[in-house]
Amino acid sequence: MMGMDMNWIAIGDISDIPLRGARCVKTQQGKIAVFRTAENEVFAIEDHCPHKGGPLSQGIVHGTSVTCPLHNWVISLETGKALGADNGEVRTIPVRNDNGALSIALESLMMAAE
Amino acid sequence: MTQKLIIIGNGMAPGRMLEHLFEQAPGQYDVTIFNAEPRVNYDRIMLSPVLSGEKTYEQIVIHGDGWYIENGITLYKGHKIVSIDRAAKTVTSDHGVTESYDKLVIATGSVPFIIPVPGKDLPGVITYRDIDDVQAMLLAAQSREKAIVIGGGLLGLEAAAGLNSRGMDVTVLHVMPTLMDRQLDPAAGYLLQRAFEDRGIKVITKANTRQIIGDGKVEGIELDDGTIIPASLVVMAVGIRPNAAIAKDAGLAVNRGIVVDSGMQTSDGDILALGECAEVDGMVYGLVAPLYDMARIAASHLAGDRTPAFVHSDTPTKLKVTGINLFSLGDFAEGDDREEIVLRDATAGVYKRLVLKDNRIIGTVLYGETADGAWFNDLKKKATDISEMRETLIFGQAYQGGSPLDPTAAVAALPDDAEICGCNGVCKGKITATITGKGLTSLDEVRAHTKASASCGSCTGLVEQLMTITLGDAYNPKAVQPMCGCSELGHDDVRRLIKAKGLKTIPAVMQELEWKTSCGCAKCRPALNYYLVCDWPDEYADDYQSRFINERVHANIQKDGTYSVVPRMWGGVTNAGELRAIADVVDKFEIPLVKVTGGQRIDLLGIEKDDLPAVWADLGKAGFISGQAYAKGLRTVKTCVGSDWCRFGTQDSTGLGIRIEKFMWGSWTPAKLKLAVSGCPRNCAEATCKDIGVICVDSGFEIHFAGAAGLDIKGTEVLGLVKTEEEALQYIVALTQMYREQGRYLERIYKWAKRIGLDEIRRQIMGDADKRQAYYERFVFSQKFAQVDPWSERVSGKDKHEFRPMATVGYPEAAE
Ligand code: SRM
Ligand SMILES: Cc1cc2nc3c(=O)[nH]c(=O)nc-3n(C[C@H](O)[C@H](O)[C@H](O)COP(=O)(O)OP(=O)(O)OC[C@H]3O[C@@H](n4cnc5c(N)ncnc54)[C@H](O)[C@@H]3O)c2cc1C
Ligand code: SF4
Ligand code: FES
Repeated sequence: MMGMDMNWIAIGDISDIPLRGARCVKTQQGKIAVFRTAENEVFAIEDHCPHKGGPLSQGIVHGTSVTCPLHNWVISLETGKALGADNGEVRTIPVRNDNGALSIALESLMMAAE
Repeated sequence: MTQKLIIIGNGMAPGRMLEHLFEQAPGQYDVTIFNAEPRVNYDRIMLSPVLSGEKTYEQIVIHGDGWYIENGITLYKGHKIVSIDRAAKTVTSDHGVTESYDKLVIATGSVPFIIPVPGKDLPGVITYRDIDDVQAMLLAAQSREKAIVIGGGLLGLEAAAGLNSRGMDVTVLHVMPTLMDRQLDPAAGYLLQRAFEDRGIKVITKANTRQIIGDGKVEGIELDDGTIIPASLVVMAVGIRPNAAIAKDAGLAVNRGIVVDSGMQTSDGDILALGECAEVDGMVYGLVAPLYDMARIAASHLAGDRTPAFVHSDTPTKLKVTGINLFSLGDFAEGDDREEIVLRDATAGVYKRLVLKDNRIIGTVLYGETADGAWFNDLKKKATDISEMRETLIFGQAYQGGSPLDPTAAVAALPDDAEICGCNGVCKGKITATITGKGLTSLDEVRAHTKASASCGSCTGLVEQLMTITLGDAYNPKAVQPMCGCSELGHDDVRRLIKAKGLKTIPAVMQELEWKTSCGCAKCRPALNYYLVCDWPDEYADDYQSRFINERVHANIQKDGTYSVVPRMWGGVTNAGELRAIADVVDKFEIPLVKVTGGQRIDLLGIEKDDLPAVWADLGKAGFISGQAYAKGLRTVKTCVGSDWCRFGTQDSTGLGIRIEKFMWGSWTPAKLKLAVSGCPRNCAEATCKDIGVICVDSGFEIHFAGAAGLDIKGTEVLGLVKTEEEALQYIVALTQMYREQGRYLERIYKWAKRIGLDEIRRQIMGDADKRQAYYERFVFSQKFAQVDPWSERVSGKDKHEFRPMATVGYPEAAE
């Protein structure tokens, strides 16, 4: 991301995501999961569990974590790191919340994906 | 870089090795295990309690399937390795799977020795080594006929006691003059024989088998002196041999066992061996304590640290037969340089003998009273000079210095390095330090962290006393297991309080019951959601976000993120119209796999999430509703063709099955619920391994429940016999409702029944008409809200957001 402008792309409104839920955004580099916690915080991470690629957007959201639907790894939405005894990490995506209008910084993801 | 580790054999030794390895070098190896037995790693030591009915298979599993998943281990169940190619560094299984390794561990255990007499191959002659042998014995025991156990050693006697407690008429044949002659002296052997005879088990010593007789199956045994003993089951438990054949074929150095150095390395630098198949310093072993030492050393070796080395030490022997206490350790042969101290109390059936050399204990035999075993073991290990306490030594630790102490005090007085758990070699200091250091409060935690009392369990009392000493009143042996880390309360308390306080939402439960996290976790939320759905069917609004994805989208998630869809096929019956509709859906959505399930219906696999509503819409037009193949709720009711078609059918089993399924579909239960109805005792619908089953008979309907055929296998229990279809339906529904109200989330009916007690369930459902009626009515009431087809709801637009991405970005043109 060095010296590069963040390219913010609008993805919708916070109300599109259920509380303690997630939606996914399709991009050319793969799916991104956007989460909304009980406290109305928004996070975005790649929709790909570090364990075996499970779709994290389909998991149960609790606190600022999500439990993967395939084998129950718990992933921190803040850091993308697996919590507890498991080891692994998924990329976090910058997300901005302007009075409910959500956007993600896709450019950095595209660069990183190359 | 990760290296490939292959393990041959999935017994107690390698299981322990992996625990050490993952702790010491996480991620260093990608592990693959081949196990000839088609199952996970279980506690072989505990087979006898399973045989006698004191434990179930599920209670002796050491690593459940989840453990392998968590640790990324590939476990080939039921794959026997038939060859090792050391040049190519590969192994090949009897099913033709070949995998390559960087490091190989051979842990093939032992094979039971079969005495080469005529008739040894007859059906009905078995050995005693694994859970299949136990199943075979349990099956044979149903006949209540005669059994012979050849071999009066540890295994033979445990088998004999187990078969006896299962109602068989048992005779033990032992070739030596006294039982367990390798571990006990003749005096203790005699007491042991008397204890067995008191239970009605016949014991014949100095018995040589000439042949096993029988035509097509076992009918009895002929001894050398011509005596013939009839029997329909013969258990051979005469000893074991290290299982070293594949190592030998591969050209490794093999003597009695696979020869390894003190670091468990074989004659090939990339191959290790451990467990009963290994030979160290000319010795092979048959008890777990030394094998667990090997496990620790092998793990360290694999992790790159070659310092730990195996040293021999004696392991005490105990017999796991309830009511018989014996302990034997070390060397107790007589000799000129040895002295002995003996104590006998004939009325109490106590015999104790210490063998001393140079004022040090070298051997111990205790019969009838074994509490001081740990102390004698400690004195022996440390070669303590006992001259000072010679006069009182045999009376035990409590008599050393002053008046007798209470039992806790005796444990408190043990030195820190006294061994408490013989199987796992855990000493007192480690246990107390871990309790304080990690703040442990329950026996399960102590087992998990120290392994003490986690194998044969005979030291559980000692460990509990240590917990009492260390924790004082804070230790309550009956303390409940909390639901999860978010609460102190157990499932039962939570269920009770939801009712008592009238809690009707998840936030209310969390507030009132003082949840420690703001919004729970993936363990407690689905459980709470179920409890609330069950208790307040009309008032509670299902919390969608507290359900697992399958229940949220009413389809089963697959490993690649696609879904599978299973429509209901009532009682497994279908017709041309339905099949045609399925065929059309398959073509239209290009569904990659169509499979007949084990539940008598059809699974459509590999559907993209976005397509689900459209697939359901088409299926719905043909009259299908969701089969709820994902639900902690009613799944299937399997049926057989019954009296309408089958020449043996006694009732319309198909009709009854369909009727039950139509009555009960849509209901949520603590765990999944599967039923079956068979038209006669031939049981073609496999009703006797279901959660609830019906066997139709001429006089009516025999209702069964609490079977299992998944992770565990368990035949059902009989609830009772009823005369009409009407009653059958009513009793089944009442039983289901009782389970719904009392079961803990994810607890299958057989586990719930075990906890509540079969008699209690029979009493309430069969014996108490008012209770039964009330259960029935509560079920019927809750069905009013539950029987809504989730597919048609979603076709009409419910939860639309689930099936569409929030946005599609970054494509040059909007691609979709
Ligand atoms: C499709 C099917 C296999 C097949 O192709 O035949 C199947 C597929 C799955 N079974 Fe099963 N089971 C299927 C019949 C069975 C049976 C046989 C039966 O029902 O008669 C059993 C043994 C009986 C029993 O239930 O105990 C069975 C015992 C299990 C278990 C072990 C449950 C246990 O408590 O021991 C699991 C794991 C679990 O539930 O935690 C499981 C879990 C699963 C899951 C849901 C695994 C998962 O979590 O993703 C599989 C879903 C695949 C999918 O997406 O469709 N499946 N599963 C069968 C569907 C039956 C149906 O029509 O609904
Ligand atoms: C009934 C009974 C009671 C016992 N009681 C006690 C007790 O009270 N105290 C005590 O200390 N010990 C006891 N033992 C002994 C103890 O269980 C064993 O010492 C221990 O299980 C041995 O562990 P292992 O890993 O070496 O071998 P095992 O546990 O025997 O495991 C070997 C595994 O390797 C598999 N295998 C073999 N060949 C192949 C191949 N070619 N490919 C793939 N897999 C293969 C086998 O199927 C088996 O599952 C008892 C044993 C039995 C049978
Ligand atoms: S369908 Fe059942 S048995 Fe087959 S892999 Fe999945 S869970 Fe295991
Ligand atoms: S893929 Fe997420 S836990 Fe396995």
